[in-house]
Amino acid sequence: MPSYVITEKCDGCKGQDKTACQYICPNDLMILDKDKMKAYNQEPQYCWECYCCVKICPQQAMDVRGYQDFMPLGAASTPLRGSEDIMWTITFRDGRIKRFKYPTRTTPEGSIKPLEGFSEAKVADLANQFLLGEPDIMGVKELPTKK
Amino acid sequence: MREFATEVVETDVLILGGGMAGCGAAVEAAYWAKPLGLKVTLVDKAAIDRSGPVAMGLSAINTYMGMDGKVTSNSRMPERFVEYVTNDQCGLTRQDLVYDVARHVDSTVRHFDKWGLPIWKDDAGNYRKSGEWQVMISGESYKVVVAEAAKNAMATLGDKGQIIERVMITHLLKDDKEPDRVCGAIGFSVREEKIYVFKAKATIALMGGAVHVFRPRSQGEGFGRSWMPPFVSGSIYALVLQAGGELTQMDVTFVPPRFKDSYGPVGTFFLLFKTPATNGYDGAYVGGYPSELEKWAPYSNAKPCPTALRNYEMILCAKEGKTPFMMHTNKVAERLKNEITDPKALKKALREFENEAWEDFLDMTIAGATNWAAHNVDPLEKPMELQLSDTVFIGSHACSCGSWTCGAEDLMPKEYADAFPEQYNCMTTVKGLFTAGCGVGACGHKFSSGSHVQGRIAAKSALKYANDKKGYTPTLSDATIGKFKETILRPLALYEEKCAYTVSPDVNPNYISPHNFLFRLQKIMGEYVGGWETLYGTNDKLLEVALWKLAFCEEDIEKLAAKDLHELMRAWESVHRYYVGEACARTRLARKESRWPGYYYKFDYLKLDEAEKHFINVKYDMDKKEWKVLERPMIPII
Repeated sequence: MPSYVITEKCDGCKGQDKTACQYICPNDLMILDKDKMKAYNQEPQYCWECYCCVKICPQQAMDVRGYQDFMPLGAASTPLRGSEDIMWTITFRDGRIKRFKYPTRTTPEGSIKPLEGFSEAKVADLANQFLLGEPDIMGVKELPTKK
Repeated sequence: MREFATEVVETDVLILGGGMAGCGAAVEAAYWAKPLGLKVTLVDKAAIDRSGPVAMGLSAINTYMGMDGKVTSNSRMPERFVEYVTNDQCGLTRQDLVYDVARHVDSTVRHFDKWGLPIWKDDAGNYRKSGEWQVMISGESYKVVVAEAAKNAMATLGDKGQIIERVMITHLLKDDKEPDRVCGAIGFSVREEKIYVFKAKATIALMGGAVHVFRPRSQGEGFGRSWMPPFVSGSIYALVLQAGGELTQMDVTFVPPRFKDSYGPVGTFFLLFKTPATNGYDGAYVGGYPSELEKWAPYSNAKPCPTALRNYEMILCAKEGKTPFMMHTNKVAERLKNEITDPKALKKALREFENEAWEDFLDMTIAGATNWAAHNVDPLEKPMELQLSDTVFIGSHACSCGSWTCGAEDLMPKEYADAFPEQYNCMTTVKGLFTAGCGVGACGHKFSSGSHVQGRIAAKSALKYANDKKGYTPTLSDATIGKFKETILRPLALYEEKCAYTVSPDVNPNYISPHNFLFRLQKIMGEYVGGWETLYGTNDKLLEVALWKLAFCEEDIEKLAAKDLHELMRAWESVHRYYVGEACARTRLARKESRWPGYYYKFDYLKLDEAEKHFINVKYDMDKKEWKVLERPMIPII
């Protein structure tokens, strides 16, 4: 299900060193045509259809069209991703539509402080088996070991 | 060809890969590096917000004990997990490694909860288990959350916490003075003309498994819809081999039974919704071949029956010509209608089922949702087809390929110690080289949470190692670096030199494109080494032909050509995949039984043979171009 870019909507993320879709694609598929200032998928047959580009595009210029070697035309799964949930619109080939909304995270974006609230690491503790926050974070007193 | 710049990065602990294991390693490394004053550098081929197999999201955490009992059901301790994994792997597993993951995994999931991953809970706050080990989540942003924690943890180190994205690592570096020690890695930026040289006291290779070594079933646009993402290219396995390290169980690949073509997940449908699946004639294939499965006793008699044997039932059914397999999602709706009489409650239950069924796909395999819609299939009304999909190398699922790795000092059987020149948890058989996640072999069922926590275990161990070697400085001559640089850039130079010889550069007798090299590898693997083309069967004669043909592939590595940086990445991915394929074929040739017949079987040894119950490991000598196959014993700890 390769991603595609809608010509009219893409502005090549003007003024930035790379486009949002180039930044995020886990398979390095997106490329910017600098003459046209439009991005495109340079290798559609390597597209995993992860929608990372669709979700991140600031212009909503990206979508995905079903892999034509096994999907009949006409259907779409369209996301609208917010800071705490994601809305999906599913369009069937026969025109039926379903909508779903799911939570994505319970904390504000950027707020994670993974080391805060734990005592600082001590060099002597390198010798034991405890990892960050253990054993308290697991709700057990001892780390199990072979009997 | 334009001259590439060379950037040398000196660090203490080098983390290669920013997937689940890499992000776990980053958090833990940052925690321990601070008091030690050590520097940590993480390198990723992509952007860590969405890199690795969790890039799209996940709908469940598949490994969670619930040791403190705060789960809706199935509170478990590590012993039971080890017992379960050992049976699922038909008796062969590194119990010490599995136990270590199990005793730590709850802590990683509790961190996820704190960071903001939506975990399904009951009103009392207990995690909702859908199976013995699985916890349901709303995981669209799973990787984003885990990556944010990794980035914020690294940021606490200031200048001593560094993340470099879009760099493809091609080789590990060995110390000039100590040729058996890994002292960093080398690779190139996929965005600018630059070679990166990383020098480190400890290197942790965490680049995930390998997809596209075997040929995918879809050959058109759907080529990329591999179940595991097409960007995992077996770098760990190739790099460990090139460094002289030992890989284990490279024959034990995974064949996921999934919704056909889109490869949508089935776990939640089986475990949470109790969805019935049948062959094409409404007959049972699960439990349909008791006399065949009896040959794999005692493993086949345990509950649950091993994944490879459940797969084998599908293969037996397919051989009888009774496909297609169908997943009757509609029957879940029918069951609810029979069970619930109150119309309001029924409406609510159906809506809940519909929501959860679609979320399962939309959180992790969006193509599965679109495939339903494209075929006008509403899962409440119609069944959908299942199929055994493409063979993948993944050390963290219900299979076990990866490195032969040192275990924890309180868990590892002493008989294993000899294989490791230095004994640190998660260190490979090569000094200074650590791994975790899909890189650790004979330690399946880690999944996302177990990979994350094993990354943490490896990072703490690597920090301890770097601290113990504080006085050590890598020695790398300019000549060594220059040689690697020439090798890495050779595909670009060859293309530039020869491309004008033909009118269309696509067909040229002087070189092979990365894509065509990959197709050749996949054709050999699929047709000779036990891919879907032969219904996952092979034999010694087929494997001998495979090795003969693979040798030409190795020779043709020198003929790989790349027209730009993106294709240079594809070239090195193809090279790494070749090593994975060769390791697999050699291991399958050495194994004279069919222990995991649903992953692959040998026509000439189509049985379980307990005399063959040992690990089969492979090593490679890069200079001599010599492969070595060796056996390691199975030593239980419980």
